[in-house]
Amino acid sequence: MLLELSSIRKSFGGVHALLDGTLRVDSGQVHALVGENGAGKSTLMKIVAGMLRRDGGEMRWKGESVDFAQPADAHDVGIHMVHQESLLAPHLTVAQNVFLGRERMRGFRLDRRGMIDGAKEILEAHRFPVKADSRVETLSPAQKQIVEICRALHGNPSLLIFDEPTSSLSDAETSEVFRTVDALRDKGIGIIYITHRLVELEQIADHVTILRDGHTIQSCPAADTTTAEIVHHMVGRDISSSKQRHKLAPGETRLKVSLPGVRFELRAGEIVGMAGLIGAGRTEVCETIFGITPEESGTIAVNGKPVDIRSPNDAVASGIALVTEDRQRTGLAIDLSIRTNTTLANLDALCTAEVVQVSKEKAVTEQLREKLQMQADSVEQKASELSGGNQQKVVIAKWMFRDTDVVLFDEPTRGIDVGAKAEVFALMDELAKQGKAILMVSSELPELLQVADRILVMREGELVAELPHETTQQEIMHHAVTQ
Amino acid sequence: MPKESSVVQRFLPFISLAALFVILSIASPYFLTATNISSVIRQTVVINIMALGMTLVIVSGGIDLSVGSILAFSGVVGTMTMVSTDSVMLGILAGIVSGALWGCANGLMIARMRIPPFIVTLGTLGIVRGLTLVISGGLPVVGLPKEHGFLGEGTVGPAPFVLVVLVACVIVAHFVLHSTKLGRYTYAIGSNEAAAVYAGIPVGRFKVAIYAICGLLTGLAGMIETSRLMTGQPTAGVTYELQVIAAVVIGGGSLTGGEGTVIGTLIGAFIMGLLSNGSDLLGINPYWQQVIIGAIIILAVALDVARKRRFAS
Repeated sequence: MLLELSSIRKSFGGVHALLDGTLRVDSGQVHALVGENGAGKSTLMKIVAGMLRRDGGEMRWKGESVDFAQPADAHDVGIHMVHQESLLAPHLTVAQNVFLGRERMRGFRLDRRGMIDGAKEILEAHRFPVKADSRVETLSPAQKQIVEICRALHGNPSLLIFDEPTSSLSDAETSEVFRTVDALRDKGIGIIYITHRLVELEQIADHVTILRDGHTIQSCPAADTTTAEIVHHMVGRDISSSKQRHKLAPGETRLKVSLPGVRFELRAGEIVGMAGLIGAGRTEVCETIFGITPEESGTIAVNGKPVDIRSPNDAVASGIALVTEDRQRTGLAIDLSIRTNTTLANLDALCTAEVVQVSKEKAVTEQLREKLQMQADSVEQKASELSGGNQQKVVIAKWMFRDTDVVLFDEPTRGIDVGAKAEVFALMDELAKQGKAILMVSSELPELLQVADRILVMREGELVAELPHETTQQEIMHHAVTQ
Repeated sequence: MPKESSVVQRFLPFISLAALFVILSIASPYFLTATNISSVIRQTVVINIMALGMTLVIVSGGIDLSVGSILAFSGVVGTMTMVSTDSVMLGILAGIVSGALWGCANGLMIARMRIPPFIVTLGTLGIVRGLTLVISGGLPVVGLPKEHGFLGEGTVGPAPFVLVVLVACVIVAHFVLHSTKLGRYTYAIGSNEAAAVYAGIPVGRFKVAIYAICGLLTGLAGMIETSRLMTGQPTAGVTYELQVIAAVVIGGGSLTGGEGTVIGTLIGAFIMGLLSNGSDLLGINPYWQQVIIGAIIILAVALDVARKRRFAS
């Protein structure tokens, strides 16, 4: 047995990411690790690769108990993680990337020749279709993935961990990665393969382990299970969603979206959910509608009128708001006050001849703070000092003050606690009651089932299903993962 | 506008200025004379007015390296206009407008072509200086109307006229940065440009306005410089950009944007002015003055960084 993990535990600041991570990997085996977003797959693998330390549980490598303090410790015994392409230096060559951080030297000089030959050796030994002296930025995503694999192979690994290697690849490129994985297995290397795409399991996996909410639910040979069974185990609990909100009769169409592969309408008083795996294109749809990445070959209409949206400025002017998934990066000016952030999208309403009427602004912000029950000393407090839930309330307050007809929420409950989630849902409900149309993108299926009136499912950049609110998690996952 | 979490940080530049003032008063009997104080004001006013515009630019997360060159360009264009029209007002106006236009050009390249401000203004630093030399033939513009001397050297009662100009500029700049939509967006863009874009703010347009204002104030400073020298020097203002940026930074401005105040910058410029004046009075070798000012810049920023680290933990 190569690697044995039993009951690995890990928590981050009171949040349990992993409670019982258990799996066993043999040499020459492709071991697939599957689970929903946030099930604990990445956390478990980071522990194996020495990027995180476990809080508890047992990790054995070739029969001996081990503990890695840093990635170099894992490398030393032969465990390598193949990262996604983002960890390569794009302006360096393939050879330079393969040897990055462990350059071959000839005296005080870099041994350029030696490194190019070394990289060629690895590429040729595995018949990889990449040249050692190409600059990485000129490579396709699949070729970059291969460079990452070469980096790992350079250390003569016994175990390779692939973290969703095909998530950004086309079908042809995916087969190229599969061939590579097969070749490595044939050389007796153990492989852990994290994936979201269940269709891949049949083609590549020998063994499947399913994680859910930080627990290993099932671990069995791939031949002994079916996709339907895996989906069932991934989702687990058959929650019959108790609808909390009163469904209103939807009113007139607020937003009509017609983009390549994605057509839908949002009507007044509706909360429409949008499900899909990470990378399925949900955020991209929101950003296209909001003018971050305008799409030439599509049309968007607000309240029946076609609008030409080329920037967020146009989108907001047309009556569309976006609560982004990343509060820190795009939602808030984190070092500025609650007041400044709240009024940022509608400062004109508070200006007389370009001068901000601060007393009016204070009154408005104070009102919103009370209405949304923000926990803050005063509206002058910096946004950075607030909890995640209260920060989200500031973002929502910003758009409530702007009063747009359409509000897009991208992962509105990310990083906020249970209590705050309920409050955010209540606010969405209130916005819907005011006659706004709401789109809620979420990876949390129970939340979608609880809040949404109907659910759109995205897969690989296309809208593949529209389900009524009575649907189940299994049904949603089925559309999200299978062809 | 943004509430500082630390009282010390807020007042550190002011405390330093006051300390410097007291030390110099004790160390030199000439320091607290009306003549000397007037001369400090006259010497710092050019840097000070440029620094007000630079404050906006730096708060927005940008930088303008071309201000020294724009100062010379405005001065030459303004004085040439003055000489050919024999009108002081027209000349000053021409100087200010030409400064604003160069600022506008900087802003357009930064906002529309998305070139980093450092690169754009490094380019215009050379372009504008070169054009200044071309239009002046490399020679100073002379023969200015006598009345032009009033702007830089005149007095109103006991006070230098430039003090009146400076106070007016400070009040307007403070008002713009802290009370107008433009000022609010300047902080928002500097604090988190992506968030400002996602809030639907037309960020590009405001950036152009910010650089235009910086150019405009530089144009005014350029005309004051010509008035003090009574010539239009095509070589005026070389390396002024460094002093101007230093004034903003010593006054609490952050080169990563989102932080800085007009009052802080005013104090920063006076700290630099007093250091130079004090060194002169105390007979410190001018070569050493550069060393001292350089060290003060690093010290000011080091204190700021240390404070932030303390607050972060």
